[in-house]
Amino acid sequence: YRRGQPLGELDGIPIAVKDNFNTAGIETTCASNMLKGYISPYNATVVQKLLDGGAVLLGKTNLDEFAMGSGSTDGVFGPVRNPWSYSRQYKEKIVPRSDSEPENSNWVITGGSSGGSAAAVSAFTCFAALGSDTGGSTRNPAAHCGVVGLKPTYGLISRHGLIPLVNSMDVPGILTRCVDDAAVVLGSLAGHDPKDSTTVQDIFQPFALPSLTDVSKLSIGIPKEYHAPGLSSEILAVWSKAADLFKNAGAKVVEVSLPHTHYSIVCYHVLCTAEVASNMARFDGLEYGHRSDMNKSTESMYAATRREGFSDVVRGRILSGNYFLLKQNYEDYFVKAQKVRRLIANDFVKVFGSGVDILLTPTTLSDAVPYVEFIKEDNRTRSTQDDILTQAANMAGLPAVNVPTALSGRGLPIGLQFIGRSFQEKQLLTVAKWFEKQVQFPMIHYLSYICEAAFFHPQRACKVSGSLKN
Amino acid sequence: MAAARPLRHRSDALPARVDDVTNRFRWRAMRALGLCRWLLGGTVRALGPGAATASSAPSPQDGVTVEVLDHLERLALVDFRDAEGVERLREAVRFAERLREVNTEGVEPMDSVLEDRCLYLREDDVTEGSCTAELLKNAREKVEEYFVAPPGNIPLPELEERDTFLKEKLPH
Repeated sequence: YRRGQPLGELDGIPIAVKDNFNTAGIETTCASNMLKGYISPYNATVVQKLLDGGAVLLGKTNLDEFAMGSGSTDGVFGPVRNPWSYSRQYKEKIVPRSDSEPENSNWVITGGSSGGSAAAVSAFTCFAALGSDTGGSTRNPAAHCGVVGLKPTYGLISRHGLIPLVNSMDVPGILTRCVDDAAVVLGSLAGHDPKDSTTVQDIFQPFALPSLTDVSKLSIGIPKEYHAPGLSSEILAVWSKAADLFKNAGAKVVEVSLPHTHYSIVCYHVLCTAEVASNMARFDGLEYGHRSDMNKSTESMYAATRREGFSDVVRGRILSGNYFLLKQNYEDYFVKAQKVRRLIANDFVKVFGSGVDILLTPTTLSDAVPYVEFIKEDNRTRSTQDDILTQAANMAGLPAVNVPTALSGRGLPIGLQFIGRSFQEKQLLTVAKWFEKQVQFPMIHYLSYICEAAFFHPQRACKVSGSLKN
Repeated sequence: MAAARPLRHRSDALPARVDDVTNRFRWRAMRALGLCRWLLGGTVRALGPGAATASSAPSPQDGVTVEVLDHLERLALVDFRDAEGVERLREAVRFAERLREVNTEGVEPMDSVLEDRCLYLREDDVTEGSCTAELLKNAREKVEEYFVAPPGNIPLPELEERDTFLKEKLPH
């Protein structure tokens, strides 16, 4: 400020961070009783990089407890409401169920587990937000909230400071309103971190996205297994239209097959619970976090602390994970799941090896459901239903991005997912940017009494790099 | 439900219309074989070191006994809380059974997607530390520079004495 020079491209840009990233001096709870009141002593590497670049941390966003869930409804701070529930587009299409129903009861969920981050970006409270993506936790809420959700390649961005869920699949995710912004944020975050040994040592060059005009050299793959049972007809229509869009522009659109897609969710279920059982073992109340008053013995204190601190969802996953890791079950479940994981990863290698550049798939099975509908099924069932299209990219560690495409019949956003080759984020985002320009996703319109402030102006809502020059 | 799958696998390979005698005979033999397997509760994969439980492979739900549940509570140091918790585990196991459908003959397990890269190891030098005060701030019970724990080496009480939902499931 004093020198009159910006610290970086993100200088002065408001950013929100999901509450499972450690932020020095700021409470980091992971939406759990276990960490309520925990003031982190250090910044996660990604948070540090953002702050070094001058970004302004606006706040920590709500999530599902410990990032387990697909609706952002299971944290101790309560569910996250999708900003689109209050948009003119949605309100105009609602058919009131009965007169006695209170006006605010048909708000829809954001999707999860980075629901708070997606809602923050979608509601114009910040320019970008950090989420985490283990099974689709960034792309799912991005699709439901109509924002761009990028899951980078595993190993590109440091996980140091991200409270881990599944060490072999977690990545920090980026949520922004347009693809260019995602590239800018990626540019400041990616790169090797000595504090995270799972980051690759390749030198990362931040890039600006070229404006693609000619897609004729591109080969788009449409995996047929992603036409999953339960896929809504609207999303299917949008998906087909997108494929036609590419075809008409001259790209080569081919149908491909990823035969083990159906098993990715089962595989994820086993591997996730197993790794969760291990990762949650650190919460014993001794060094940080909630501690029970039970003092008879160490073991009983741990048991009481964990009983009080964890919710049903977390406890359920820990116990399932421990079951799959029992000596008698280890081969049958855990090792088997690891083998299936290799089969899934090989599927992708085969497809990309056959000349396909990018895969185009839907992100979610339907648009956002109302909260009252969502809570009718339990967390695990919902996760298995909702993660089905996003999960496989985490298994194989590939980059994927959700681009908001159109509004559904109910006035809610629908997004499509692009999956690219490992470490080829530039190609992936270039195609995504071209697609975003073609579809011209509408801006959210709030009802007039909420706000008509100048910052809803479309040109200023986007293009972080452009606004710095003004 | 899980045991019915082998039959489907077999019939997938069979011709839709069985006209000639040889095929009909083969089809009947295969059905008989499949039926035998189904009765024995067999699964498609060969019984290997993993199937430690019974000689005739048991239904997966047999693995979820009170002893196993108690063992899990001890290992994980979290409790099942209520019947819903136990049911959740059963559902999870039932769901995971689908993995058996996949043929993973000759496939190596995958630990990490970065398996073909060299792990980064830095020099064994002390580069940071001396933050005792900061780290102690988050602990509830501490004395000088120590975290205080209740007495150790006392095992968790047996199921009968613990205050847990599983007590009700004990055979009386």
